[in-house]
Amino acid sequence: MKKLQNSLYITRQGAYLHKERETLVIEVEKEKAMQVPIHAIQAIYCFGNVMVSPFLMGFCGENGVHLAFFTEYGRFLGRLQGKQTGNVLLRQTQYKTAELKPESISRNIIAAKITNSRSVLYRHLRNHGENADVNQAIVQMSSSLRRLQKRDNLDSIRGIEGEAAAFYFGVFDQLILPSVGKGFEFNTRSRRPPLDRVNALLSFLYSVVGNDITAALQGVGLDPQMGFLHQTRPGRDSLAQDVLEEFRAWLVDRLVLSLINRKQIKANDFEIEVSGAVKLKDDARKTVLVALQNRKQETVKHPFLNEDVPIGLLPHVQALLLARHLRGDLAEYPPFVPR
Amino acid sequence: MSDTRLIPLSALQHYAFCRRQCALIHNEQAWSENWLTAQGQQLHQRVDHGLPESRKGIRYERGVEVSAPTLGLTGKLDLVEVEIATGVCFPVEYKRGKPKQDHIDLIQLCAQALCLEEMLNINVSHGAIWYWQTRHRHQVEITPELRQETLSIIDATRSLLNSGQTPKAKYEKKCQACSLYDLCNPKLTFRDTSRAYVKTIYQENADEETAK
Repeated sequence: MKKLQNSLYITRQGAYLHKERETLVIEVEKEKAMQVPIHAIQAIYCFGNVMVSPFLMGFCGENGVHLAFFTEYGRFLGRLQGKQTGNVLLRQTQYKTAELKPESISRNIIAAKITNSRSVLYRHLRNHGENADVNQAIVQMSSSLRRLQKRDNLDSIRGIEGEAAAFYFGVFDQLILPSVGKGFEFNTRSRRPPLDRVNALLSFLYSVVGNDITAALQGVGLDPQMGFLHQTRPGRDSLAQDVLEEFRAWLVDRLVLSLINRKQIKANDFEIEVSGAVKLKDDARKTVLVALQNRKQETVKHPFLNEDVPIGLLPHVQALLLARHLRGDLAEYPPFVPR
Repeated sequence: MSDTRLIPLSALQHYAFCRRQCALIHNEQAWSENWLTAQGQQLHQRVDHGLPESRKGIRYERGVEVSAPTLGLTGKLDLVEVEIATGVCFPVEYKRGKPKQDHIDLIQLCAQALCLEEMLNINVSHGAIWYWQTRHRHQVEITPELRQETLSIIDATRSLLNSGQTPKAKYEKKCQACSLYDLCNPKLTFRDTSRAYVKTIYQENADEETAK
């Protein structure tokens, strides 16, 4: 399997990154803050005012190192893309499938999304005892899943996705432990901008993980913009959003819940703007990224491959499986549904 | 300009090793290095970068690019030795490993000879393969039989690549040595279990329901 190397997250404002022979140097206020061998790096994510030398950009482009830029607050701005690689025939099949028969891939992805979201609820029941509302949501989501199996047009697949998400987020508030204290109330999913702290955390991590998925899709030669479930819209990585559905609950939501419930993130780690928009503070963003990075190093048994895979490589594995399905090696796209 | 796709010389060898590998590399543009390929690259860097030189009436040209539209081939030759007096060409292919049981290396050398013949309108009767592991140079005669075999491999490779199809994987012992193992995942597609896998997602749902 492809090697899981390190992702670097640069959150220090005013940092300057450049290449010195075979190493990457991070300078802060003209002082060397860090120097690492460049070949051990898979991705560099820059948040806010971070400068990158043209030579380092060139290296990233040539070697498939993912280099992406975000605002200080984690909104995606852009990424460096090297030479277009991969199979143009694969992309052609991807476009044809998206246009002519996007249903089966979409349905499989949503089945995974519902199952994985429901697992988060089951997990809560296991760890914290019975809860009638959560139980009720599980029953409703199971019913959605059952009906999903028979749906073969996109609109009704999307409809079932919507209702299952409503059941899930309807009880999400109850997964946050009472001991956490004030500030982490969750009403409903809000974005652009997130209107409460929980949503701010969710949005930030969805965006970071979404970018890993984009990179993984490009890595196997798929076009991250041409989705099956999400409508094509200029500037949106619809396919990355499709694949992200499998990972939202299992990877991001669980991480957010444990950061909050273990009090690694506190109410004063956020700034609230006059508009009501909620943003993570600089240090807290670092805490979140470190937690994600640690999680990415853990391994998990991939349910379809039956192999231990580092979590950070899962997007790559799913991208590969999707490509294999599109190229006719696999009859169905096997989404990620951990047991 | 004609728009016919020229097949890289290297594709012939990939084809002879594994049809799926050939399609993965040349159509799907999948490439991944392992230590075997990395060592090969290093060796070729040394060979290719030498300057042309003349010794004892022979000119040595390295990294010679050829294309033969009639054959539909293109590629780069490690070394061509040209007898200055007669113009006789003698291609030399450098290999990382040692001589093999099958004809793969011979076919590649023969294809090189065919390219030189088409480009220069000459006859190439011999070539050589130099093996790094054994440090031996094997002289090879370009016989009519070898030519015939090479031409049929060229044809088969061309029709595979033009079809745009990637053959299904078939797991064999040689897969272990293939640098594309992870991208190809032969055990995965050897037996496609994706349908059953997707079914279980819904099945587990039903099991949980009845357990209640």
